[in-house]
This record gives sequence, structure tokens and C-alpha cells, in this order.
Amino acid sequence: MATSSSLSPSPSPTHSTITLNINGEKHTLPVDHRTTLLDALRERLELTGTKKGCDQGQCGACTVLLDGRRAVSCLQLAVAAEGREITTVEGVAEGERLHPVQQAFLDLDGYQCGYCTPGQICSAVAVIEEHAAGWPSAVTDDVRPEAGPPPLTADEIRERMSGNLCRCGAYVSIVQAVARAAATRAGEGDDSAESAEAAA
Amino acid sequence: MTTTTKTTSMERKSVVGTAHTRVEGRDKVTGAARYAGDVPFAELAHGWLVLSTVAKGRVRSVETAPVLRMAGVLTVLHHGNAPRVERNFTGMMGVPPDPTTALFQDDRVPHRGWPVALVVAETPEQAREAAEALVVTYEEEPHDIAFSGDRPDTYPLDGHMPAVTEKGDLEAQLAASAVVVDAEYTTPEEHHNMMEPHAATARWEGGRLEVVDSNQGATWVQSDLANLFSLDAGSVRIRSEHVGGGFGSKGVRAHQVAAVMAATVLQRPVRVVMTRRQMFSLAGYRSPTTQRVRLGADADGRLRALEHDSLSLTSTVHEFVEPSAGVARAMYGADAHRTANRVVRLDMPTPTWMRAPGEAPGSFALESALDELAEKCGIDPIELRARNEPELGPVSGLPFAGRHLMACFREGARRFGWADRDPRPGVRRDGRWLLGTGTAAASFPAGAGPSTAGVTAEADGTFTVRIAASDLGTGARTALVLVAADALGVAPDRIRMHIGDSDFGPAMIAGGSMGTRSWAWAITIAARELRERLALGADIPPEGITVRSDTTEAVGALAQKERHSFGAQFAEVAVDPATGEVRVRRMLGIFAAGRIVNPLTARNQLVGGMIWGISMALHEEAVRDHASGGLVGADLAGYHVAANADVPLVEADWIDDPDPDDPVGIKGVGEVGIVGAAAAIANAVRHATGVRHRNLPIRPDRVLLAGAGSGSDAGGRDA
Amino acid sequence: MREFGYQRAVDVSGAVALLDADPDARFLGGGTNLVDLMKTGVERPARLVDVTALPLDRIEPADGGGLRIGATVTNSDLAAHPEIRRRYPALTQAVLAGASGQLRNMATVGGNLLQRTRCGYFTDVTQPCNKRTPGSGCPAVGGEHHNHAILGASGHCVAVHPSDMGVALTAFDAVVSYETADGPGELPLADLYLPVGDTPHRETALPPGALITGVTLPPVPVAAHSRYRKVRERASYAFAIGSVAAALDVQDGVVRDVRLACGAVASRPWRARTAERVLTSAPADAAAFAAAADAELAAARPLPRNGYKVTLMRNLMVAVLSELAGVAKEAAR
Repeated sequence: MATSSSLSPSPSPTHSTITLNINGEKHTLPVDHRTTLLDALRERLELTGTKKGCDQGQCGACTVLLDGRRAVSCLQLAVAAEGREITTVEGVAEGERLHPVQQAFLDLDGYQCGYCTPGQICSAVAVIEEHAAGWPSAVTDDVRPEAGPPPLTADEIRERMSGNLCRCGAYVSIVQAVARAAATRAGEGDDSAESAEAAA
Repeated sequence: MTTTTKTTSMERKSVVGTAHTRVEGRDKVTGAARYAGDVPFAELAHGWLVLSTVAKGRVRSVETAPVLRMAGVLTVLHHGNAPRVERNFTGMMGVPPDPTTALFQDDRVPHRGWPVALVVAETPEQAREAAEALVVTYEEEPHDIAFSGDRPDTYPLDGHMPAVTEKGDLEAQLAASAVVVDAEYTTPEEHHNMMEPHAATARWEGGRLEVVDSNQGATWVQSDLANLFSLDAGSVRIRSEHVGGGFGSKGVRAHQVAAVMAATVLQRPVRVVMTRRQMFSLAGYRSPTTQRVRLGADADGRLRALEHDSLSLTSTVHEFVEPSAGVARAMYGADAHRTANRVVRLDMPTPTWMRAPGEAPGSFALESALDELAEKCGIDPIELRARNEPELGPVSGLPFAGRHLMACFREGARRFGWADRDPRPGVRRDGRWLLGTGTAAASFPAGAGPSTAGVTAEADGTFTVRIAASDLGTGARTALVLVAADALGVAPDRIRMHIGDSDFGPAMIAGGSMGTRSWAWAITIAARELRERLALGADIPPEGITVRSDTTEAVGALAQKERHSFGAQFAEVAVDPATGEVRVRRMLGIFAAGRIVNPLTARNQLVGGMIWGISMALHEEAVRDHASGGLVGADLAGYHVAANADVPLVEADWIDDPDPDDPVGIKGVGEVGIVGAAAAIANAVRHATGVRHRNLPIRPDRVLLAGAGSGSDAGGRDA
Repeated sequence: MREFGYQRAVDVSGAVALLDADPDARFLGGGTNLVDLMKTGVERPARLVDVTALPLDRIEPADGGGLRIGATVTNSDLAAHPEIRRRYPALTQAVLAGASGQLRNMATVGGNLLQRTRCGYFTDVTQPCNKRTPGSGCPAVGGEHHNHAILGASGHCVAVHPSDMGVALTAFDAVVSYETADGPGELPLADLYLPVGDTPHRETALPPGALITGVTLPPVPVAAHSRYRKVRERASYAFAIGSVAAALDVQDGVVRDVRLACGAVASRPWRARTAERVLTSAPADAAAFAAAADAELAAARPLPRNGYKVTLMRNLMVAVLSELAGVAKEAAR
């Protein structure tokens, strides 16, 4: 039978010792299988930048990057996250230098209470990559590959960022911040992202 | 922070009124900002609340024995073993405590979702499972949650205003009116749903109770917990450095009391966090309302009669009124004028303040009715309001501390392009969408509460401000830095602002749009006095020089006036009559809201209020199951708040309107942004489709069933 | 959430063997529905078999010219795949209309088809629910059923299937492949879901312990001209109150081929075969689209508070077909 568990020998069938690769660092810890990645970060590793808003995948506050793609950590079991490259809001900046998304949120006031902000930022980092990879969205008029990648308009940003609720209602400046960061990534030449900031 | 020049010159340019990014911004974008549930504690235990599954009755038994044998479980608290608390006191808000916070004191269950036990365990996973496994049995009694406008058992209730005001002969004036509007409007049960759930960690430290909490007022929570547990206020310390939104819900609630009880029993730190689902039962909410508005006017639109009658609900254990009829008292005069706020007691959780309590639902009804009147009179809705501008408070007769409503309308109309509007409904199309525009007025009271502050001149030339203020995301922390910088005549980067700690002395809560004004007042007084002392040239000792202030007297001496922020809301909507979808295409709000301390954050907050208006108009509605008395879909997938894709370009701006009676000129921007916003959208939907929607939210099914026939309406109860 | 064992499978037969048809064990894919249901207490498995590491994450040409989609392909990868976007654009649109970017990155095709209803009574363990606790009753019938079924329901359960992806897959005659201890099997997606009847807790025709390994899309030329539209109570990140997947081929003003399926109307994605029959060889105009929609909806049995769905679905079918036919919107109304 060609099955195996990647786990170390378990002290009990309901607990395992796992190694999580977070922000480029390895953390080995015993976990209750019930522990979500979100709770492992917050309660076990003091990485409390990732927030718990609903614990049901309905708000996006707990968004992290798994192997570079955004995911809600509240529905990701920690034990199943072994072997994945996990990036949290604490790992987005390059040392003291803020990521362009972070800088844009700060400069354009892309938040109010700040509780959804780490999730918004992780999501925005991924949105810019998803768009650069040519992924369409639900508001992309023509999804056929021949149509080419859609410009990152304000409406495209709004749809792509809709998995991150902000109850304070900072959406207008969030969209502007994502547009500015996307323009930074694309270089000065990307008119569509700049005009998205203006239209946002 | 942009200013770095070191100077003590008296001629320093004012920083109040200039845009500054948030002083805690870097912490918020890097994840370093620690909210209540983020602060680590050694030996922390985790509490999980257990809520009743019946809507009315008594707890017969709590089967603790099997749960106490489960792995990691430390204790189960319930009415049979919990510490006793004092319930007979009047709190900082001037009312007795909601019995929901007098946790586990008896076996009575007054609503579904009433806290009946707390399970405490070593880990959150263990606590959750044990709480789910805890068997509680009940003696169930029949319940009544049927809220409707025709209930016979309603009564007028004073809240933060008198229940009823009346003058003139209403029926006679209605009879004499050339045009009459008589309509019923409803708004549903709405929940705050700030992104950060209520969280508290309690511990005893050196004989003092310390609670790390998420709240709208450290002094408020300190005072209520001290009263509940019969402690001196000085032996209770509340800290809440960062707060992930409040909107009226973050006062004293079951989680703090539960955490204190458990920390007391176990003598170790205990954290209790509400789950999102529990928040729908424990965090308060906005009552549904049924409002009847009767307007009588001459043919030229001048009001002869105005009646606004509002019914909301309260629980059977505590009185709270959603005073929706109050907004008419500030807005419009009439020869006969009657407003009334009534309640009915049901087997429901107690409602509470939620962003613009009274004004938010009240302005939906009143400003929709004004729009109906304008249409009946054939007058532009802005002109109708201009013709009914009062010179004095319509009910109080007091002068206004600035009423620039028409200036807001003029500026808004200019920027929105209102002059080009064709008033005919249902005639503009863009593909499958019908387009329309609408407008509405906004107002919200301005005021201040007593506060104390301490300002310290440090030996290194910097200044430290300490005040028990709370920044819920309002930008208060940054605004207070600017206020302190101006009062001290120094650059903002020389100010350290410490807030969110009850040890800093009593201060006003973040509520009623009064926080920043109240705190700025106290800081200004202390800072000015400190500056005078420094001007005498005293050497600064190593511990610094501290001046403390207390605004109790000054605030108490504030002249009686009609003191409000005002605004004009504009919305453009698109409606697909084939599917019932409604999209807001743009919104503009122009406000007269006192002196704007920090344009960057104030604009954001006003826009946020307007987005609450979008959410209220189109999405928000908690649905109850009458058989069980509980909510159906009590989560963020079942209860929709506006998502990013629902929100177009929303713009807010303001006109100059400093309050002459405030040391800084502040009125307040926290709530006025939502007022009138839902009405502007509903009025725009009417303009787009010809259908008047008097029940919120304007859901696709309501739009679809109402059709798009000109002149029809979707009024009446649950359309 | 009770304590549970966790095992990670590395191949298909191993996964099936690990699960061992144990009713207390569940396959774990993206976890976006299962983990949520475990938190709310609806699901209380004693064991999880993680199938995300299985080599089922490819989209490949299938025999006969279609596409085979592995069961652990994420929603995101499915939606972004060039062949899906080119040949079955309504499928990409349907997937992108569902959930959020985060959830689409986690959720898998197999899990999407087996996700449970979001009925508010089903997800609240303090309420009765025939689907969750057979025989306990259905409070939705006499209670809150604003977004419940109008087609194919019974007095025992009126919940709807929440999938968007499934609606498009159903329109395009997808076939589900699965593996059991006794070997592989196949089911047309249209036959995957059992009628509600008096057994709403029995949701699929899969044998006990079966693992969905993939979904095969046959070649459907008409699907290249297809569209998915979804109506919901906010613009994004919400479940449908009604949706339509349609593909249409019109030649000389006559319908040559049509595929039509509806979402959020029944306990399964609803293939509108009656409407398809009425439309085939009919003139491609608004009147024919409306007649076809009416024929499909003749079987609708709305509840007191969801009658709007009949109007909504009629309008939506007409609107999407009109758009595909290039018929002016005004004429369609």
C-alpha cells in the first residue's frame, strides 16, 4: 500500500509535531490536529499580525500567502500546511523597507481600524501577481485567452479584493492603494493602473 | 509626518487642518499593532461562552461533570457557581447595566443566545469542544419575537432624548394641507459586525484587576467592571491600545465579565473572545424600526404638519430605544409638529447604539418622505428643503451653532451635476440598467463629554500626552497629535500620544461623534497651560513637567444650542429591472461638520459612513426564525455587509464650519456620513425605476416583485 | 470540534484504502467547506485523509477531444486554464463568480461538487434539519426560505446546492470519475445528485468511500459561445439567489444547439432540458426564449417567500440567451 504520512512519529493519533516554513523561517511545534494555521500563527508562534475576523472563511482578515497564493488561514489546518511556504503580513516587507502595497496603504489611508489590513495587504500582493499572470476575474468582459489580459481597472480591483471585507468602509482608498502599488510594480508606463487610482 | 523643523516659535503654522498619515500606520500595515486578542500572556487559559438554545425559559441543569473530565478543561462557570456581582448601580452612561453583563446570576433565559455558561480550558481547541459538548437542559416557555407596527403593547420611551414632542394641531394642519404624504417605512435588524470580534483577557496582578480589552472607552469599562465586582475604580485597569472597530457595540459585554470571573476563580489570566456567531447574540444590534411619517404642505411645499412616529424593540430585561423620530426635531419645522419614539418588549437580546442611533433609520424614513413630498408638489427636492429651512430649532427654539445645510446642498449640487437632472422617473437607460439620482439631507448632534488629560514636557524636548481615549479606526490618535502640536506650538513629531489606558484618568468614550472633540478639549487646556509654564523658562527636571486638565466644568458650561453636523448626500444608482440588482454608481457627500482636524482620516471616515449607507440601503438584514426565536445565517455569509465590489467611487468633502464654542472648533465626523445616505439611494432607485421602496434593504426580490411601473410603490409591510 | 486523526495520502488507491469507507472519516481537499462545517459542529469526523497531495492536479486532453480535469485542481487553476477559457468560457465565468480569490485558491474541483448546502438551518446545529439529522424536520419550509429551492424539492428539504462551477459543468454534460476499493467508476454529473424525496441526507449516488478523481468535459462545440450570469444580494463574495449557464449556436436565425442550466433553484445544479427541447430548431428570438423559460419553470413549486425566483430565473434565462443570440435587450423584455 503506497500510502504514507509526511508526519513525524505522533505522540497520539490526534496530535502531531510539524514543521512550518513561515516567512523563510522553520518553526517546529507539536499541534492538536484541530489547530488551524491561523491559530498556530496567533496562539503558538506569536505571529499575531494575521487576524481572526470570522474564523469561517467569510471575511478575509486571516489572509496569508501559501506558496505565493493567497488563502484564508482560518480554514487551513496547520497540520496540512506542512511543506508549504507560508508568508504572513510580518513577512511582506523587505526588512525595514515596506512593500509597495504596505507603503500605498499607509500613504493613501487604505484602512481605518486596521484589523482587516494585514489580510487586505496579503490579498493585494497576490492580486497584483494574479493580474500580472493574466488571470481574468468575474468582471472581465471577455475571458477567452485571445482577448488578452484585462487592464487592472478600478472595477477589476474591486472585484478581486472583494474577499476582504472592511467594515469601516475604507474600500475607496484601498482600491487606490492597490492601483498605486500595481503601477509601481508595472513601472511608470502602466497607464491603466494609474488611471484606476484616479478613478477609484 | 512631514514636519521636522525644530522650533518653539509662536508663529508656527497650524497643523490642525493638514493631512497627516496615521501615527500608528506603520504598525498597522506590518502587523505589529497588537489588538486585544493579540497580546500574549504566560499561563493563559481560554474561555468559551455557551449560549442558550431556547428563546425563553429557565435553565434546569448544566451537566458539568462529563465536561470537567475532558482534556484540558479547567472549570465551567454557570448560574449555580459563578461569583455574585452587583447589579444595582447606575453606570457611566447614566443607565443601570444591561443584565446580559450581570452574567450567570440566575436561571432565567430571556432570549435565544443568552449566555448560560463559560467553559475554560488550556487551549482554544479544548475549550471549543468542551463548550460544544456541554449539555444544558431548559424549561422552555413560549416566546414572542413578532415585531410589527400594529402591536398593541407599545409604549413611549425616553432614551438620550424625550420620547415625545408635540406642538400644534396635527390633524387640523393635515386637513388644511394642499399636499399630504402619509407613509410607513421599515428598517430591519442590523448588526455592527466590526471586523475585530470582542475580546478580553483578564488577570489579577499585584492586587489589581487588569483587563486587556477591545472597547470604546477604558473609563466606561473600568467603571462598570468596578461596580459589577464591587471594586474601587482605582484597582481596575483597562487597556485597549488598538481597537478593530466598535460602531457602538464595544462597551461592557458578557466576554469581559466572563473573563474577570474566570480569572478570579482560577487565579490565572483568562481570555474570552466572542465567535462571529456569538456576536449576533451578545454584541448588541440595531433594532428593526417601523416608522410612520405624515407630512402636510402647502402647494409650494411649505410644511404645515410633520409627524414622525417610530417603533423599535427592546428586550424584556432592559430598556433601549432606537430614537428614529428624533432627527425631525432638528431638521424641519411645521405649524403642527409631533415626534414620538415608542418601543415594544420582546424576547430578544437588548439592542444598543449602532452608528448614528436614531438618525440612521430615522433619516431613511424622513428624507424619503421629503422626496415623496417634493415629487407630489412638483418641486425639486433641494428646493423643497430650502423652503423649509428653520431659523431656530424646530422643537427647542434654540439657535443653531452653525447650520450650513443649504450651503452643503449648493456645493453638492454643483459638483454632482444636479442642475441637469430630469426629474421624470424611469426614463434613463444604459444597456440593461435603469439609471437614477437621488439626494437627502444629513444631520447628527455635536457635543462633548468631560475628560481629563495629562501632558508632560520631557527633558529631551519632546512631549508625552496621556489620555484614556480610544481609536476605533477613527484616526483619533493622529488627530490628537495634531491638536496637541498646535496647542504646544511644536511639530507633531515631537508628540508621543498614549491612549487606551484607564490609568490615564477619566475620559469620554469614543461615541456619539464626541470622542475627538472631548479629548481634544482636555488636551488643549493642559497643553496651553504647560506651554505658559514653559514660557516662564523653567528648567525641565528628569521626570518632566506634567500638567493635567479636567474639562468637566467647561463642558458643563457649554451654551445650550442646536449643535449639529449637517450634510447633503447625493447618489446615482443603476437598477436592472429584469433581475432586481441595484448598484450604486457614485456618491457624493458634502458636510458641514466643524473644523476638520485631519483631512486624510476625516474624509476616510465620512466616506466610510456613506458606505455604511450603501450597505444599509441594499444589503444588511438579520433574519429571524419565528419558531425558534433565533437568527438564520448568523455569520458574514448570511449577513451581508457591503463588499469592495459594491462600492463605487464615493467622495466626501466639506465646507468651513468651525464650532465657535469649541477650543479647536470641532463638531464631529463619526456618524453624520451614514445619515441620509440610505435615503439618497432609495430616492435614486425611485428616480431610476419609478418605484418607491419604503422597506430596507432594497433586495433584488423586492425590486423584481415591485416591477418598474411608473408611479407604483413597494410600501407596506414585508413586501 | 472533536479531536481527529490526520493522514496524508500520496496516491489514489492509498487514499481510498486509508479512508476504508469509514463513515467517521472524510477526505480533506481544500477544506474550505469541510473545516468550516467542523467548526460549526455539522461535521464531526474522527479521521481526515488529506488528498491534496494526490497527483490529480492536472487538466489534460481527454479521449474523444474533451478535457479531463483532475479532482484536486483548484478553482483558480481551472478558471485560469487557457483551454477552459477558450472552449468553455461559461465555466471560467462560473468559477470566478464563486467565493473569493482566497477560497478559489484553496478549493478543489472534487470538493466543489461535494460541498454542502448553505441553508441557515443546516449550518446551525441547534436547529432541526432533515439533511443533518434525519427525521428532525425542516424548519425552512415554514420559516426562512427566501433563498431556497423552487424546483425538485420536497416537503422534507428545500435547500439548494450552492455551487456555481457545477451549474456550468452540468450544462456541458460533464462526467465524474471516482475510485473505490473495488476499482474506478463513472457517473454523469447529472446523475451524481440523488433526488431529495424523503431522504435529503442522502446526497449523492457515489458508492460509500468513493473518492472523486476527476471530471471529464466532452467536446461541446457550442460551449465556446457560452455565458454564466449570477444574481446575488451583493455584487461579489456571496452565494447566488439565481444563476444561469447557457451556450447557444444560432444559424440563420434558428437555434441549432443550446445548453442551459440553472443554479440556486434546486438541491442540484439544474439542467434545463425542457427549455433546451423547446428551443432546439426554434427561432432565436425573445419570444422563443421566454417560451422556453416558461416551459422549464412550469414545474416550479415556489414557497411563500421565494416566488420571486420564478420571475428571476425566467428573466435571467431570457437575458442570457438574448445576449448570446445578439438580440436586443429591449426586445427580450
